[in-house]
Amino acid sequence: MSATPPKPPGYQLPEEHYLNATYGLRSWLLTTDHKRIALLYLASVTFFFFIGGIFATMIRIHLLTPSGYLVTPETYNKLFTMHGVAMIFFFLIPSIPAVLGNFLVPMMIGAKDLAFPKINLLSWYIYLIGGSFVLYSFATGGLDTGWTFYTPLSSVYSNSAVTPAVIGIFINGFSSILTGLNFVVTIHTMRAPGMTWFRLPLFVWAQYATSIIFILGTPVIAITLLLVGLERGLHLGFFNPALGGDPILFQHLFWFYSHPAVYIMILPAMGVISEIIPTFARKPIFGYTFIAASSIAIAVIGFFVWAHHMFLTGESTYSALAFSLLSYLVAIPSAVKVFNWTSTLYKGSISYDTPMLYALGFIGLFLIGGLTGLFLACLGLDIHIHDTYFVVAHFHYIMVGGAVMGYVGGLHFWWPKITGKLYPEFLARTAAVVLFVGFNLTFFPQFILGYLGMPRRYHNYPPEFQVLNVMSTAGASILALGYLLPMIYLTWSMRYGKVAGPNPWPATGLEWRTPSPPPTENFDETPVVDWEPYDYRNRPDLGLGATTPPSLAPAHGDD
Amino acid sequence: MQSQLPFYPEQASNFAPSVDSLMTFLILVSLFFAVAITAAIVFFFFKFRRKSPNEVGVPIHGDMRLESTWIVVPGLLSLAMFAWGAVVYVDFRHPPADTLDIYVIGKQWMWKIQQPNGRREINELHVPVGRNVKLVMASEDVIHDFFVPAFRVKMDVVPGHYNTMWFRPTKAGRYIFFCSQYCGTNHAVMDGWVTAMEPSDYAAWLSGSTGADDNPVVAGEKLFAEKACATCHLSNGTGRAPSLNGVYGGTVHLADGSNVTADDGYIRESILVPNAKIVAGYQPLMPAFQGQLTEEQIMSLTAYIKSLQSQPVPATGAGVTVSGKK
Repeated sequence: MSATPPKPPGYQLPEEHYLNATYGLRSWLLTTDHKRIALLYLASVTFFFFIGGIFATMIRIHLLTPSGYLVTPETYNKLFTMHGVAMIFFFLIPSIPAVLGNFLVPMMIGAKDLAFPKINLLSWYIYLIGGSFVLYSFATGGLDTGWTFYTPLSSVYSNSAVTPAVIGIFINGFSSILTGLNFVVTIHTMRAPGMTWFRLPLFVWAQYATSIIFILGTPVIAITLLLVGLERGLHLGFFNPALGGDPILFQHLFWFYSHPAVYIMILPAMGVISEIIPTFARKPIFGYTFIAASSIAIAVIGFFVWAHHMFLTGESTYSALAFSLLSYLVAIPSAVKVFNWTSTLYKGSISYDTPMLYALGFIGLFLIGGLTGLFLACLGLDIHIHDTYFVVAHFHYIMVGGAVMGYVGGLHFWWPKITGKLYPEFLARTAAVVLFVGFNLTFFPQFILGYLGMPRRYHNYPPEFQVLNVMSTAGASILALGYLLPMIYLTWSMRYGKVAGPNPWPATGLEWRTPSPPPTENFDETPVVDWEPYDYRNRPDLGLGATTPPSLAPAHGDD
Repeated sequence: MQSQLPFYPEQASNFAPSVDSLMTFLILVSLFFAVAITAAIVFFFFKFRRKSPNEVGVPIHGDMRLESTWIVVPGLLSLAMFAWGAVVYVDFRHPPADTLDIYVIGKQWMWKIQQPNGRREINELHVPVGRNVKLVMASEDVIHDFFVPAFRVKMDVVPGHYNTMWFRPTKAGRYIFFCSQYCGTNHAVMDGWVTAMEPSDYAAWLSGSTGADDNPVVAGEKLFAEKACATCHLSNGTGRAPSLNGVYGGTVHLADGSNVTADDGYIRESILVPNAKIVAGYQPLMPAFQGQLTEEQIMSLTAYIKSLQSQPVPATGAGVTVSGKK
């Protein structure tokens, strides 16, 4: 029983749109259309997700028995390292910004493209070059430093292919920086008439905040990893105490980026959720200004919490106190978002469509992820749970429960816009539930494992931890099914799905006022915005409300 | 040696009850919010289900009182979590004065431990129940981390630094310890056992075996002569370098006008990189021993210098300006 309004039968795809405007490999590889570039990214981040997913599967199979089931210690160490590197640098960080952000930011603000279309394409090629270096590292000896590259293990002692990997991540950094720059300039200069800052969809605010982190943070990680490469290759002493360096310096530099990087992953997902919830509750989002401001607050305060990863390195007590306090401060804007999303449901007209299931699942998982962050920020408690499975569970709740749920939910939400087709709704709802259940089964036991004292990155463990590990692996197999299903039916729907029409939900954003799939130029004429965001009452074009007959519904929006 | 309780490891040190209470507090606060928000979502989900295809929601844009409530209340609760956590942490980072000092050296992939009387252990640590124990830890290679779940304590063991941590075992027993900072191939087997013993058993165990060479003070004194430290650091203060009598734990006046407390870290640095901090009134003549001493040798030298703490401080040529015994 779908709750979307009945559609007039027989939607037709527009005759010409961005997908069929030009043909041939060349038209894709040299495209400057932000929508096509988004699809290029979609294919490439999916590839890396698949690689990282295979590593994760092997990790979980290996941990079925206390002595390790599948691989040698060396291989195990490579598996979790490569899982982290592939997932973080080549899937999670680019996923929402480079796929959904690329596709949607210009459309949401009523622009024809990003400010620098050629640089946008360049970003993708830089990503591919960086990715190739990293794949080369995986294929020629692998990488066993942990995704955190802690020195002097990475810079001196590791025998694996560290140098190509750090070069790859260094190169890939420029892709992030250019994407961030492109978004910031686009959002500042290319908004359609009437699209004021406080009429921007919250997804755009989130992308803006993310772009700030891209621009300010990425250079630091790029240079830091380059220093690791230089210490390894040329024996320049930055981090190795034997050469007069300090290994703790590396951690400061690394986390100065890598903590904000967590917000690179979660902010855009929060943006997606802020779009989905008002759409499927059919009412304005509760506390628009607070949600928008909290994105910026997270991006800014997020830069001042990095040393909470280092409470037990021997850092000064005063530093630990300051960073603990600041970490609690950054929790507030996240809490504000959760409260506002929840309140948006109040007196809404709520439907159960797939994107909404993802959004509600996101809130549940992010809630657990965020609350357990408070445990780790708590100095006294961190003494015990630091570097245990508690941490592993916590950040998977944020990055997978949060960011990936947001990404997959967003893909479903905008899939009709991207492809012009609808996916099979029942299958999609099933997959959302399977993902939610599988995720919790996989990662909740790890909180308990962590408190019991199981350290992370262990290829074997004391036998009393086995029950929880088996539970986690069982959950992971359900989770894997939850990821495979959308891959299959979304691909299937591109060819066989029902034609969606311009605005199937219907939603209020500008991207829904143009055909699906959109024309290359996005809009036939520059739209003029004279409504507030997420306004369902004063939008006769949506065909909602008691007085409008359903037969006049969305079909009119586009022509 | 995990307890029968399902979610908490055994409590065997002074920190275990305080960390567990903190955990309970955070779990209760989190449960409150998680249950409240989940209940609200589920309730709204059913209560405000879409009744007809064209229905729209009530346009509510926000409420300042609600916004300020959910900024202020979680903010105050956060402050409480911060403050309570800070109290436990500050205690953990500041060992009391009367500790039993045990030296721990981590290397890929084993732990070398030396008791105060010189008795050595590998991947085993014996400690007396009821005594404040301080581990002084160094690494020969990469970063390791000494983690005793039953004690709720852990601390990174960082090359080039001394890190210390303390605890007071409260219950006799054998408890597993782990390396919890990823350190390379055999990270997961770099573990061992802490044996907490009644003080009398510990004393008996300790006297079980010790050779004079194993005693770090004796070994340090020997090294002090072998490495020719003794030729400049004359105890009567007439040498080219300051006397080390009474230096440990005291305040040293430096050439740049600042003062530094002569702790393990300062002594280590002064041996390895002497020019980093020059004592006021002396020339930078001492050769650097960076890369020429093992961590164990540095610890022996430190133990020897520490043993000079009670020696008479000469009137001139003393390394220490204020005899600031703890």
